[in-house]
Amino acid sequence: MTTPVPAVHMTGISKSFGGVRALDSVDFEVQAGEVHALLGGNGAGKSTILKVLNGVHVPNAGEILVNGKPLAAHSPEGARAAGIAMNFQELSLVPTLTVAQNVFLTREARNARGLIDDADSITRAQAIFDMLGVRVNPRAIVGDLGAGQKQLTEIAKAISQDARVLILDEPSTALAVSDVERLFTFLRKLTAKGVAVIYVSHRMDEIARIADRATILRDGRHVITAPMADLPVDVMIEHIVGKRSKGLSDVARVDVFRGEVLLELRGVSGPHKPENVNLTLHRGEVLGLAGLLGSGRSALARVIAGVEPAIAGEIRIKGEKVTPRRPSEAIAHGVALVPEARATQGIIPAQSVSDNMVMAVIGRISRRGMVDRARARDLTDAMITRLSVRTASRDHAVSTLSGGNQQKVVIGKWLATDPDILILDEPTAGIDIGSKSEIIRLVRDLAQSGKGVIFISSELSELLTACDRILVMADGRAHQTLDRADLDDPSETDPEHALQVAERRLQIEIQKALTAKEATHG
Amino acid sequence: MASVPTAQTGGLFANWRQNIIYIGFIVIFVVFAITLNDKGFLNPNNLLNIVRQTAMIAVMAIAMTFVLSAGEIDLSVGAVAGLATVTVAMAIAAAGPLAGVLAGLATGLAVGIFNGWLTTRIGIPSFLTTLAMMGIAKGVAMWISDTAAVPILSPGYSWVFGGGAVGPIPVLLFWMAVLGGIGHVALRRSGFGRRVLATGGGETAARYSGIDTASIKFKVLVLSSCAAALAGMLYAGRLQSGRFQLGEGDELSVIAAAVLGGTSLFGGRGTVIGTIVGALMIGLINNGLILMGLEFSQQLIARGGIIILAVALSQKRR
Repeated sequence: MTTPVPAVHMTGISKSFGGVRALDSVDFEVQAGEVHALLGGNGAGKSTILKVLNGVHVPNAGEILVNGKPLAAHSPEGARAAGIAMNFQELSLVPTLTVAQNVFLTREARNARGLIDDADSITRAQAIFDMLGVRVNPRAIVGDLGAGQKQLTEIAKAISQDARVLILDEPSTALAVSDVERLFTFLRKLTAKGVAVIYVSHRMDEIARIADRATILRDGRHVITAPMADLPVDVMIEHIVGKRSKGLSDVARVDVFRGEVLLELRGVSGPHKPENVNLTLHRGEVLGLAGLLGSGRSALARVIAGVEPAIAGEIRIKGEKVTPRRPSEAIAHGVALVPEARATQGIIPAQSVSDNMVMAVIGRISRRGMVDRARARDLTDAMITRLSVRTASRDHAVSTLSGGNQQKVVIGKWLATDPDILILDEPTAGIDIGSKSEIIRLVRDLAQSGKGVIFISSELSELLTACDRILVMADGRAHQTLDRADLDDPSETDPEHALQVAERRLQIEIQKALTAKEATHG
Repeated sequence: MASVPTAQTGGLFANWRQNIIYIGFIVIFVVFAITLNDKGFLNPNNLLNIVRQTAMIAVMAIAMTFVLSAGEIDLSVGAVAGLATVTVAMAIAAAGPLAGVLAGLATGLAVGIFNGWLTTRIGIPSFLTTLAMMGIAKGVAMWISDTAAVPILSPGYSWVFGGGAVGPIPVLLFWMAVLGGIGHVALRRSGFGRRVLATGGGETAARYSGIDTASIKFKVLVLSSCAAALAGMLYAGRLQSGRFQLGEGDELSVIAAAVLGGTSLFGGRGTVIGTIVGALMIGLINNGLILMGLEFSQQLIARGGIIILAVALSQKRR
């Protein structure tokens, strides 16, 4: 029996960033003519292995064969020359060029005199959008587009390359349900021509519809590769969740005293998302926001914090009706947002721990326009002790701290404003597991000390460990609020296993929210 | 869909912010034509004078449009133009006009390769590379010429490079028009131009799309120095001498011309036609203010105010 040459054959791929091992000797094989789903939780290594295949990352070890030939160079150009195309999550779009110019960048049609024929690019880009049945104006400047339209441009750019291997990373987040079906029809046409498609999605229902086989990664390792027939949804989730949560399950969850309502939202909508959200947050509790990328969790946080003011609905803080128009108004009402992008929105890396900690309260600790250095010192030292920030001194630059300790500095900065409501957007992104449990313990402590905390995380095990209630969101809407206790199986006594069971249940609720959205959209 | 902005321009006034430079040019021209009519503003000779005074700025600004569009800057153009006047004049004195032309181009190439190498290989920001080069080029020009003017005694050279005229039309106008045309097509329609705009518009994205952004930056810096050297050759031809002071301070007018014309200081956006109109507008303002009889101090203030106004009006509102 002769086995056909696989379209992609990756063996023993390892890749580390700093001290963190993102991929540990992973094997990954995709046949020509199949749709191969790549699955895994956050930090499982999906994007890393795709970026290795696509030449963005150079692996520390391992071999890559594309259609039987070793990949010549680990560079985007090398990968493209080998016939690999991928939609980067907006990374490969130049904001100042038009949609059509971006789709065909470096591959523009030329006229007889060797000059670029933009009209041809527009026609061809329009044809791709028509084929997908989506409305994107090929003449629009990319920088003026919303996130969804940008993603569609990325997809168009990837599929316009006539690749032998097409990688689609979360393509459906930008598409309506009916358009996903058109994309699938197109993908089936491609596979019939022998193109290999690697499809990444968090939506199990889609995977079940389109994929022939799936590979599941977890914690940088290969778990299983199997035909879809052998992978019903519950089995997939079991492989994705696996047996892990080292260190997380030991964060003790004690029932907190639930005080008065601190924050109440009624029918609140933001400029794009969220849509018509109701929620209540009590003193002393942690409310989690669960959902996939683009579900509107961060947008909701920005609305509450006055970064993107609400366009409809009612926000009450401690019973008083307020609609924060800018962050300073929200801060004045005791709302603090620890934003998602720590490096750009949270800290000033080159400045000292102390300078960063007092940044939000400079006015309060100044006298006659001069910062009172003694008060700044006291405040910083108190925060360093309270949050157990590991730093050589308060005067060391924040950039010398580990990710987890940098995040504590950001949290400390906002605690200095003495907020009642603290919103944490992905506070554990990119930090090691030990610091993660520390941050989660800190969140629990803050709630216990009488604050109301809104906690956003894409890692379900974290949400389950940190939160008292979890609001499940999809497509900008609040789907339902789950009591953390209801996700537990009372018969399960082993805490680690209990967490896995709860994680599976929450995962299923998130998937349900997506399908519920489909039902309402028709 | 109707509100989605597009790259296509409607009428001149439909996207008035985008077209402010053209509208501004016309408005200022009309105002001067009415108020300064009795002082000879519309006299063809005066108008051609504006072209003569603007051509060198325009030549440098065409290349600067590429540099800025790629997200870089070149502060050394004025000093390089001055250096080129000296090397050209000395080479002509030693070995004739052809050697002069070669010496001028070699000066531009050498400086450009050095600027590009420091910026793209060593990683010094072009702002600093070319700031340092401004001093070096001026120093070299002063040193090799002993700070004295070097006369050019080649009428042929002087005619081609700046001094000549075909009938009433100065040769400088041809240089400006031809280079402008080439620059416009190259930026708008060539693969190189598209790569320049992509590099300045989003460097990471450009790299992911397979563009060698370092090579693009290297090339625009070389292009800019060569254009500066050519501007120096035009100065030398027009004034029949090489002097280190020629071109001094031009970098500011050059950058102002490009920015007035709609080129972004942050990269990704640029138009050569706009740049040339920007250069002409600066020349127009200078000329009008002189005809008005303003003192030099007043001219400086008025010119600064007009430039701020034009750029402020062209900014996109949120």
